[in-house]
Amino acid sequence: MPPAITLKDHFRETRMFNLRVAIALIFSLLLIMAIVIRLVYLQIIDNEVYTTLSEENRFFISAIPPTRGLIFDRNGLLLAQNLPAYNLELTPERVKNIDATIASLGEIIEITDADIERFKEQLGPYNRFKPIPLKTGLSDEEVARIAVNRYRFPGVDIAARLIRHYPEEGLMSHAIGYVGRINEKEMSRIDKTDYEGTNYIGKTGVEHFYETILHGHPGVQQIETNAQGRALRSFQQVPQEPGINLHLTIDAALQKVAQEALAGESGSVIAIDPNTGDVLAFVSSPVFDPNLFVAGIDHKTYAALRDDKLKPLFNRALRGQYPPGSTVKPFYGLAGVETQTKESNEEIFCRGWYRLQGNQHRYRDWKKTGHGKLSLHHAIVQSCDVYFYDLAVNMGIDKLSGFMMPFGFNDATGIDITGELGGLMPTTQWKKRVKKESWYAGDTVSAGIGQGYVLATPLQLASATATLAMHGKRMRPRVVSALENPNTNEIQHLPAIQDAAIEMVDPENWNEVISAMQDVAHHWRGTAYRIGKDSKYKIAGKTGTAQVFTVAQDEEYKEDEIPRELKDHALFIAFAPVENPQIAVSVIVEHGGHGGSTAAPIAKKVMDQYLLPKLEQLSTNTEKAPS
Amino acid sequence: MSLLDVNINEFGERRQGLAESLHLDLPLLMGIVALIVTSLFILYSASGQDMTMIWKQTVRFVVALVIMVALAQVNSNTLKRWTPYIYVIGVLLLVAVLIAGQIGKGAQRWLDFGLFRFQPSEIMKLAIPLMVSWYLSEYPLPPDGKRLAIAMMIIAIPFILIAKQPDLGTSLLVAGAGFFALVFAGLSWKILTGFGILGAASAPVAWYLMHDYQRQRVLTFLDPEQDPLGSGYHIIQSKIAIGSGGLYGKGWLNGTQSQLDFLPERSTDFIFSAYAEEFGFIGVLVLLAIYLFILFRGLLIAVQAQDTFTRLLAGSLTMTFFIYVFVNIGMVTGILPVVGLPLPLVSYGGTSVVTLMASFGILMSIHTHRKFLPR
Repeated sequence: MPPAITLKDHFRETRMFNLRVAIALIFSLLLIMAIVIRLVYLQIIDNEVYTTLSEENRFFISAIPPTRGLIFDRNGLLLAQNLPAYNLELTPERVKNIDATIASLGEIIEITDADIERFKEQLGPYNRFKPIPLKTGLSDEEVARIAVNRYRFPGVDIAARLIRHYPEEGLMSHAIGYVGRINEKEMSRIDKTDYEGTNYIGKTGVEHFYETILHGHPGVQQIETNAQGRALRSFQQVPQEPGINLHLTIDAALQKVAQEALAGESGSVIAIDPNTGDVLAFVSSPVFDPNLFVAGIDHKTYAALRDDKLKPLFNRALRGQYPPGSTVKPFYGLAGVETQTKESNEEIFCRGWYRLQGNQHRYRDWKKTGHGKLSLHHAIVQSCDVYFYDLAVNMGIDKLSGFMMPFGFNDATGIDITGELGGLMPTTQWKKRVKKESWYAGDTVSAGIGQGYVLATPLQLASATATLAMHGKRMRPRVVSALENPNTNEIQHLPAIQDAAIEMVDPENWNEVISAMQDVAHHWRGTAYRIGKDSKYKIAGKTGTAQVFTVAQDEEYKEDEIPRELKDHALFIAFAPVENPQIAVSVIVEHGGHGGSTAAPIAKKVMDQYLLPKLEQLSTNTEKAPS
Repeated sequence: MSLLDVNINEFGERRQGLAESLHLDLPLLMGIVALIVTSLFILYSASGQDMTMIWKQTVRFVVALVIMVALAQVNSNTLKRWTPYIYVIGVLLLVAVLIAGQIGKGAQRWLDFGLFRFQPSEIMKLAIPLMVSWYLSEYPLPPDGKRLAIAMMIIAIPFILIAKQPDLGTSLLVAGAGFFALVFAGLSWKILTGFGILGAASAPVAWYLMHDYQRQRVLTFLDPEQDPLGSGYHIIQSKIAIGSGGLYGKGWLNGTQSQLDFLPERSTDFIFSAYAEEFGFIGVLVLLAIYLFILFRGLLIAVQAQDTFTRLLAGSLTMTFFIYVFVNIGMVTGILPVVGLPLPLVSYGGTSVVTLMASFGILMSIHTHRKFLPR
């Protein structure tokens, strides 16, 4: 059978086709409706949501870090400033593979292992969105190299930041301290919004103590970025409030003289204006360059500083607890006459040693042959140990310590530098509490010459000396005397703080002791006669030698034969001019031998530097006065 | 009096204007020009005022328009004669691409002729509707089972070849073009429904056969927020661009999403989002109106076509064009998964412009080569 041939029915086909076209049209219109409805949702109903999202895409709020306050010395010399520096920074959140990025950056500019190590240390979960410096202080060439390759590194930026700089380097390292990168511990303590955009925080010294006012307050800006996170424009909204400038009481020139006098030695020099408590020089030797810490110190450099035998990082002036040795004798003497334990003219006989009743142990005097017969005056001038052994034993340790404490011999002075330690004036109670032992009479004998349990810091010694110079008026030591508004340059002077004054039943007792101290420097038998004999002004001083180790009963202390680290510390305290005290000084030279020969000349240099120009001025004034 | 007008003189005779003598369909041409102008404007903004891109695209439009005009001159009978050859050559090229791909490893869609690269699947966008229309027009409509099976084979061969490239999106759209010809030819609703059910049932199988990146696209479509910085980034940023455009848009050259690089592929596949951001809902309605106008015109040409081959061809080419529009906009607005498909005549790029213009040329030819009975 042949296949049936169906004929095309054109009319029917046309009708069917037109119907299908109509259906296709309706179908298409439905699809368009779906799109329109979708667009109504996106563009009209949810418009606000998407507008917000698009704004969040392009804008982010960023802090403008405040400019840290400057620090000046008492004559306006700049000691801490902020220098512009280019930093290479990575924002962890924006960098896909940090290690790979650092590796490729390392092909463009030099990135040391130390840089990477520092960077990694700061990498933590708490600051994913904050730029972390990888390398600081880029050279112009490095900036250019990064800039042309920048498109390759999303999340990598060159930031022009202000970096703390200490132009005088080591000169003020122990007083001013330094700033360093904020660590995790500090991060948990500080107000994070205040440190938005800031990488540095005061770590030690004045930089730490005055952190809150030095830091200032960050401003706020809105930054427009593109998809790669590049900042395109910024709109400042709240300006930053720069930190307050500080004016120190320290005289940089005096500080330099003191530091140079101590050069090569480990020790400390403190100079205080007794009238105000202003610290004029604050030296702990050796020094270090605080600039090393600003960018973050690498392990090698840090280890070298840490392991240095002379321990440059140790702030001796503030935290060095030394036996004050004979420098306490004027204070003890004052205690003796004030409490009438020993009248000022009461004489004892010194035969070169002292023995407690009912005990065979001999406590030596530094002068083997003894000083012979002497009263308080010459006990101080010649620094007779036996006199003070006897005085302390007669007075009793509790009474003695009780007298000393108001001079600041136990507690920290409260200076405005972070990290200060106090000293120790032992009591029977203290020994029971801390050492779990009862007080022995022998302890009192040692304490009688500022040895044994007695400890004091160089700052305490200088402060107590200033108090003595002022006849009991006690000014709290300070290093910052004025605050300066960085915008208006208005200076606000801080009032000096006066601590509880010390009153004597007989005020003449002050003069009694001070005249003895004057003879230490000016009497031919005085232990510091070498500095006093040619002095243009009158000095009241006291030498001290602090034992580092105890010489056995029947051995000699032979200076030349013992190693340096076992040699005695040399101390000296002084103030001048005696009649009108302008400066009080404490000097300690570790393992320096005798106070009179090593420490006193340093103090003299410092006092000369400070007083001689003043005295000249004074004398020219008096010459002019009659006319 | 413009040269492009068709006039009737006082004797009632049709006088041919330039448009008619060039076999151009004026309304369709107006729609196309409107899209080209829109394209160049938004491209200028989305490219970041890159004039070289504008010139390149202009040259492409000009070349495509020349091709369109050339095809408009071809009588549909001639086209009909060419159809089997075009189809066979297209299939052979697809095979060539697959073989080249086997050697080159990985997805291969291009044939590289050195000076220019050519995507054979583009030919199939025309070849399939041509071939299906050609085949079905020889027989009475609706086609019987045997014809249907053969027509399906015509569609299936290139579909499988393109899907193996692998380019599932294009293969589906190419198959769609043939499928529209089938629907216009009177494919019964029963069979259509059957296809629908079969499609839904085969989804798990399709999932199993899919490449990882294809699965990822589907997952991303279902929940773009699961990977906002990876595969979901495109669609999230696109929605933000469109949504933040609001009613009136942010203004030309002021779209922050596109100007600041947040919107990816903003000159090509996602150009609609850039447009919607800068011109807003109103602007989008205008663009949709242009597309709708072209759709109406195409379907009208189909209805007025004088034989089965041309009406099936006109209908399926128009619907294919429209589906491209819908899929692209659906993709960038997040109602369809992301398939790499440009917005017809607006996205930056040459290949799809040439194919689309060629299909418009065919439509114009169909409309202007009609035979009128003498008055």
